[in-house]
Amino acid sequence: MKFELNQEKPIFLQIAEGIEDGILTDVFPEGGQIPSITDFSVNYKINPATALKGINLLVDEEILFKKRGVGMFVSEGAVRKLKIKRQDQFYNNYIGKLIEEAKRLGFTSEDIIAMIERGFAQ
Amino acid sequence: MKMIEVKDLSKDFGDVQALSHVNLNFEENTIYGLLGRNGAGKSTLLNIINNRLFPSSGSVEFDGAAVTENPKSLSQFYLANEDNLYPEGMTVKNAFKWSKEFYPGFDTNYAYKLCGLFELSPKKKIKKLSTGYRSIFRNIVALSVNVPFVFLDEPVLGLDAYHRELFYKILIEKYAERPFTAVISTHLIEEVAGVLERIIIIKDGNIIRNTSAEELLQAGYCISGSAALVDDYTKGRALIGCDTLGGLKTAYVIGKPDGAIPDGLEVGNMDLQKLFIQLTSA
Repeated sequence: MKFELNQEKPIFLQIAEGIEDGILTDVFPEGGQIPSITDFSVNYKINPATALKGINLLVDEEILFKKRGVGMFVSEGAVRKLKIKRQDQFYNNYIGKLIEEAKRLGFTSEDIIAMIERGFAQ
Repeated sequence: MKMIEVKDLSKDFGDVQALSHVNLNFEENTIYGLLGRNGAGKSTLLNIINNRLFPSSGSVEFDGAAVTENPKSLSQFYLANEDNLYPEGMTVKNAFKWSKEFYPGFDTNYAYKLCGLFELSPKKKIKKLSTGYRSIFRNIVALSVNVPFVFLDEPVLGLDAYHRELFYKILIEKYAERPFTAVISTHLIEEVAGVLERIIIIKDGNIIRNTSAEELLQAGYCISGSAALVDDYTKGRALIGCDTLGGLKTAYVIGKPDGAIPDGLEVGNMDLQKLFIQLTSA
């Protein structure tokens, strides 16, 4: 997961996305423990309430779960859940922007499809 | 819940009104940012709360009682600012000893630990320290006194980037382990933004914003594109300022982007620094 925050979106969302990236790349495997609220807040220099808010977002989605007095853990099935979630967001996050820029530069949909096929073939 | 209530507080220095009818509350276990340009009234406010200055009118109360000459409330507060209250020639080590006399909760071992982290020799005389190390010394005392309300006036004054980062990390660590209220006055906003839970912006002695950091950041956005398009878009919207670069214009707008953004315009987030500059510009 990345250790740089930007000002583009709320910090708690970036914390949640950073943890999601960590789960998807197996830095935080299913069943494993993730760093504590204090670890996150000290590392990112953010208020613990903000770190908690980001983590709670993933607890609500049952991607993380709390073990009282022990810490936060990655749920079984979290990877599958995250993949489905990210697939749902894929169009908005990537394709929408791609098409916007492509139109600005005067590409046709055929041009873009050809480029995508070339990329997949590599 | 014990809190500090600032009620209709004003302070004049001769013809200059440093604070004008300020109303504020400071609650327990919260990190506040007190932001304002130089001369906005930040230090005056902190000095009055800590009984180092008398108000011209209005009052500051803690747990229902006035703080003026009130030893009970003063033992709960600590103000770290540029005024050096220690005698000439006192060493860091002796200052720790005296701090322990005045604040029984002062954690001497922790203070020495922080000296080690910041590479401050306890044998040094306080008045011989550089500006940066004087700030470090003040911060070490402030983080070691263990009182419920700590006021840090320009805590990173003269600190290099490494020490600033170290300071924020230690502050958060301390806060996470043993919560307290920290009121941080600063104009170096960008690097402290994430640490703050509530933000108070003061301009010419008036409180112009007092809100949660999150709400404040969502309070506005910027929109950029060609000047004509931007001007058209901002018509009828709450504009707080703009920057232009040739034909390119960025406007800072209060509110949330509503409806479709016209082609050729781009929406961006307004970060705290930008918002602050726009809100406090003359």
